[in-house]
Amino acid sequence: MSETKLSESSEVVIRTNKLTKEFIRDEFHVIALKDVNIEIHRGEFVALMGPSGSGKSTLLHLIAAMDKSTGGEIEVLGENLNRLSDTQIAHWRNVHVGFVFQQFNLIPVLTALENVELPLKLTNLKKAERLEHATTALKLVGLGDRLGHFPRQLSGGQEQRVAIARAIVTDPQLILADEPTGNLDAQSADDVLTMLSRLNKEYSKTVVMVTHDPHAAKFATRVRHLEKGELLPEGVTTTA
Amino acid sequence: MAVPVSYNVRNLIVRKTTTIMTALGIALTVAVLLSVMGLVNGLDSALASTGDPLNIMVLRRGSTAELTSVVSRQQYQDIRALPGIARDATGEPLVSLEMVTVIQLASVDAPDGINVNIRGLTQTGIDLRHGLTIQSGGRWFQQGRNEVVVGASIAKRFPAAKLGNTLRFGRSNWKVVGVMDAGQSATNSEIFGDLNLVSADYNRLDFPSSALVRATDAVSAAALVNAIKTDQRLNLDAISERAYYDKQSVSAAPIKFLGGFVAIIMAVGSSFAAMNTMFAAVSRRSKEIGTLRVLGFSRSSILLSFFIESVLLAAFGGLIGCLLVLPLNGLTTGIGNFVTFSETSFALRISPLIMLAGLGFAMLLGALGGFFPARNAATKQILVALREV
Repeated sequence: MSETKLSESSEVVIRTNKLTKEFIRDEFHVIALKDVNIEIHRGEFVALMGPSGSGKSTLLHLIAAMDKSTGGEIEVLGENLNRLSDTQIAHWRNVHVGFVFQQFNLIPVLTALENVELPLKLTNLKKAERLEHATTALKLVGLGDRLGHFPRQLSGGQEQRVAIARAIVTDPQLILADEPTGNLDAQSADDVLTMLSRLNKEYSKTVVMVTHDPHAAKFATRVRHLEKGELLPEGVTTTA
Repeated sequence: MAVPVSYNVRNLIVRKTTTIMTALGIALTVAVLLSVMGLVNGLDSALASTGDPLNIMVLRRGSTAELTSVVSRQQYQDIRALPGIARDATGEPLVSLEMVTVIQLASVDAPDGINVNIRGLTQTGIDLRHGLTIQSGGRWFQQGRNEVVVGASIAKRFPAAKLGNTLRFGRSNWKVVGVMDAGQSATNSEIFGDLNLVSADYNRLDFPSSALVRATDAVSAAALVNAIKTDQRLNLDAISERAYYDKQSVSAAPIKFLGGFVAIIMAVGSSFAAMNTMFAAVSRRSKEIGTLRVLGFSRSSILLSFFIESVLLAAFGGLIGCLLVLPLNGLTTGIGNFVTFSETSFALRISPLIMLAGLGFAMLLGALGGFFPARNAATKQILVALREV
């Protein structure tokens, strides 16, 4: 399905125009992302694929406003991210974006419930409401019986499910996942991917996932490939 | 909203070894500071509780202490005739002529001897000092007999001055017939004997040291001070007894300076230790900082979180410091009084206010040591923070 057709039929959630990211590393001028134009629509599950250094993670970080582009435009959920201040971005991210890391990135001194409750601290919800929401999110990912467990007491797959619960607890429109199955065994990886797919299909969340794994990409509704910082045309895969 | 404090508390507990080591460093600094403050507070309390606002100390013009003062019996008689002086039940003016000199006594801490005040006075002098009591087994000295009563601190710190012992000073032997308790007053550091015998022993029968005068009220006290000072015929100085003892608190100045100096040096060290600990914490938790930022916590939330953690760590150290010095509370010690050239005994006073000040000081150290690491955490770029191991 072409982007033009999609934009006609549904709301554009992410739109980039000649998005570029360059930086200097050890005196070398590196182009991490070059003139990327992409549109992702509400309800899509897009997998970004490509070899190491292709720019897929850079694109994801720019979508999450974790980094600033050096050229072009990026609009996510109607916001031009280049125009937001640090504080506005922090608030925007808390409200609209759930992020899932490859290494889970749970806070080790907090329990599963407290980890999931953390993003809700930035909302106006009362303690009881926060705990209720966090418990619901954990139950949704099948960890209703692990509320009081610390990350070290959980398996990798369970940790990632807690991370997904943390990502969805604020009910964001956009879920971004950076190699979410990279540190998991096959079974746990399938569980996580099924979960992301379910969030996409049943809860209409827009999911953008970076992955190396073709099997993981099969869970997506659309796959886009990047190579050497450039977004390849729809349907074209990388040579690597 | 800020990052939950439980996050900081648990991190402090998780890295308990570094937490305890840093807290102990801060605790020692606080302990030194509180010890000095306790000393100064104890001395101040002793001197402050010595004087009575209605009592006036009369000294020779130009003298700043009883030891260097001379008040003749003629001047004493002239003072007695002044208006505004309170009278006893028999109608006699409450004026006490007193003879003050120092003797050397060997103490537990100084076997070679320490200067101790001996005060010759009459019953009026005793009456002018409120709250003086004789400990059980003893009695007041009798006029015309070589007897003395020693202050409670003297009896405690000088083995020779125990009840029943005989002291040798001046040209006579003096039997200790009682131990007087004067609460926290500096009187506890003095020895009382009969005015005539003590002054005669030092060939100053007609020229003792000072006079203590009780005014009828505060207005009369001020008027009396003024009258004595301006009377050219008397050629004397007058000062309220409380102000006289307040001035002696300058004796604590060297301790204040030295203690303050040591505490500041230690504080700089402790502050750097806290800073080092917090920098290490920021470095170790870099990924957590990045994650918190991704979750939506602002830079200021991160700064506040690490700042609070540093202050909590220091407060814990401050608490240990308070506990370390608590056993010193009430401990009796002595200090060389620069005004009387004798030792003033007093008890260390680690009051709740002082402990609160110590806790505040510790938290200040934590704040100073924690600010830069906290700023470092807050200014980290998200991706840089997430990539750090």
